[in-house]
Amino acid sequence: MSRRTRRRLGRVGFYLLMALIVLYAVFPFYWAIVSSFKPGSEMFRIDFFPPPNLANYYAVFAEQPFGRNILNSLIVASAVVVLSLALGLLAAFALGRIRFRGRSLLLFTILGVSMFPQVAVLSGMFELVRALGLYNRLPSLVLSYLIFTLPFTVWVLTTFIRALPKELEEAAIVDGAKPFTIVTRVFLPLLGPALITTGLLAFIAAWNEFLFALTFTLSGEQRTVPVAIALISGASAYELPWGNIMAASVVVTVPLIVLVLIFQRRIVSGLTAGAVKG
Amino acid sequence: MARIELAGVGKRFGSVETIRDVNLDLHDREFVVFVGPSGCGKSTLLRLVAGLEDVSAGEIRFDGEVVNELTPPERGIAMVFQSYALYPHMSVYENMMFGLKLAKTDRAAAERRVREAARILQLDRLLDRKPRELSGGQRQRVAIGRAITRDPRVFLFDEPLSNLDAALRVQMRIEIAKLHRRLDATMIYVTHDQVEAMTLADRIVVLDAGEVRQVGTPIELYQHPANRFVAGFIGSPKMNFLPATYPKGIAIPHEAVEVGVRPEHLRLGEPADASVEGRVLAVERLGAESWVYVDLGLDDPLVVKHAGMADLPPEGAVTVGLPAEACYLFDGQGRSLPRAAFG
Ligand SMILES: Nc1ncnc2c1ncn2[C@@H]1O[C@H](COP(=O)(O)OP(=O)(O)OP(=O)(O)O)[C@@H](O)[C@H]1O
Ligand SMILES: [Mg+2]
Repeated sequence: MSRRTRRRLGRVGFYLLMALIVLYAVFPFYWAIVSSFKPGSEMFRIDFFPPPNLANYYAVFAEQPFGRNILNSLIVASAVVVLSLALGLLAAFALGRIRFRGRSLLLFTILGVSMFPQVAVLSGMFELVRALGLYNRLPSLVLSYLIFTLPFTVWVLTTFIRALPKELEEAAIVDGAKPFTIVTRVFLPLLGPALITTGLLAFIAAWNEFLFALTFTLSGEQRTVPVAIALISGASAYELPWGNIMAASVVVTVPLIVLVLIFQRRIVSGLTAGAVKG
Repeated sequence: MARIELAGVGKRFGSVETIRDVNLDLHDREFVVFVGPSGCGKSTLLRLVAGLEDVSAGEIRFDGEVVNELTPPERGIAMVFQSYALYPHMSVYENMMFGLKLAKTDRAAAERRVREAARILQLDRLLDRKPRELSGGQRQRVAIGRAITRDPRVFLFDEPLSNLDAALRVQMRIEIAKLHRRLDATMIYVTHDQVEAMTLADRIVVLDAGEVRQVGTPIELYQHPANRFVAGFIGSPKMNFLPATYPKGIAIPHEAVEVGVRPEHLRLGEPADASVEGRVLAVERLGAESWVYVDLGLDDPLVVKHAGMADLPPEGAVTVGLPAEACYLFDGQGRSLPRAAFG
């Protein structure tokens, strides 16, 4: 085999593999869209390009307070993002820039928190939520989601803050800046990519969370999207309305895709850019 | 405008003593240069004066007032960092304005000061640029401009030119000298470049391992080094040191001695008060002068600075003359011995 054919074969193999990965990643979502267009009777007929039929979408919003559920998810996820970034940034400044005793122990403890499986903290969290009078209210979700968003927010931001040159901070001190000014006016603008990346990850985590949302809410009005979708039920106990479920899934996935596409470039630079050059 | 006194200043990081018992008295409007080998504590001493580090011992006074507990802005200092440390997300104008805004300076006055600094440093056209759109020399100027707008009592520079190429370094060196004449601030300048130290300084402070080895004008340090360290550190190529013994019949005040003689004072091929014989190891011709390395059978070759082109074959034998008036004498502890000791 000549070198040229070998190289050509290699390239063909590469594209085949890539196509396979894309198929693996995208096909389920494609199938969800396809299914969401089909009425219940045709659900199990294999048809790759059914005519778009929005009946399932109307049904999702008509049969339960799905609009309300989306709003709940938005409120919870946004609150989680804002709180994690704000708390994470302040914590990261302390952990990344101030020398104090027990700093690495604290950092590893924070990381350790994220290693507990959700079920392990579920009952304890439930007691806490009840004690604070937050049961069946959205703040209970915000509070509990911070358990898993804060550790990685703090870690990522700490890493980024450590990578910022020390002289930058000292220049600000000489200019008369107090720590809070340094964080907000000097560090914050430079951490843009890191904030977007971690914020987006926190948003997605909060948007998708199921277990806490199921446990800490009771009424349909307080549910977030994943729970609402899981609890969509058909006319009888023996029927699952797949069409409605798929329509609902598509509706709540689209915002995430849009978000990721908008911030795509920032995310990549956030994941790769370690240092900020002066 | 400030007289700066350091009294018994020390700094330790954990158990490491980085600065030990430094006593200095810097006059108002003086240009003082700290020099010393890498890691000797120049930056640390500068940061102590700035207030970016707390002293572990001693007192720092500005105009007689103890400033140990004051923050950098309260001390009225401005600092130019080696990496410039410009705020990357702010334009040149905002960089220079930042400190003034924080100090709540009157808007019009602040604007005037920034424009004035920009004019002095020829930054007028660059005010809207971001630091990443500037060349190294321009960034350097912005860093200095940011310091000027604060109208500081004390100007601190930490190796400000070390990131620039040779030509730009010469140019900026001259600008800094001009700046010093124009502003009436006391300036402390850290460098390990001898030429910068010799040309800019009113007085030089030579540091070694966290201790002051000598303080004096550039010429004093060159002509009357207090010890072997300073003698070897000031001057390029560095001073030659030769082991020596006292002739018989002289009362010996010190056991071991060394003779130091600068390469520019040695006479190639001409016997003088004393002469040594050696073999030419190498000749480096720099155009106006040549550096001749002569092997005397010691650990280090003798370096001779010779005006013009030294036309010597390698490996050839050569005589080098040592004029007595250009020789220094150091005792076993490296202290300079007074000339009177020659008798
Ligand atoms: N924050 C710190 N913690 C511990 N040790 C430090 C700290 N800062 C400086 N040192 C130590 O103090 C010594 C002097 O450092 P310094 O930066 O003052 O040297 P320098 O003379 O400026 O050297 P250079 O010419 O390389 O800049 C070094 O040995 C350094 O390791
Ligand atoms: Mg230094």
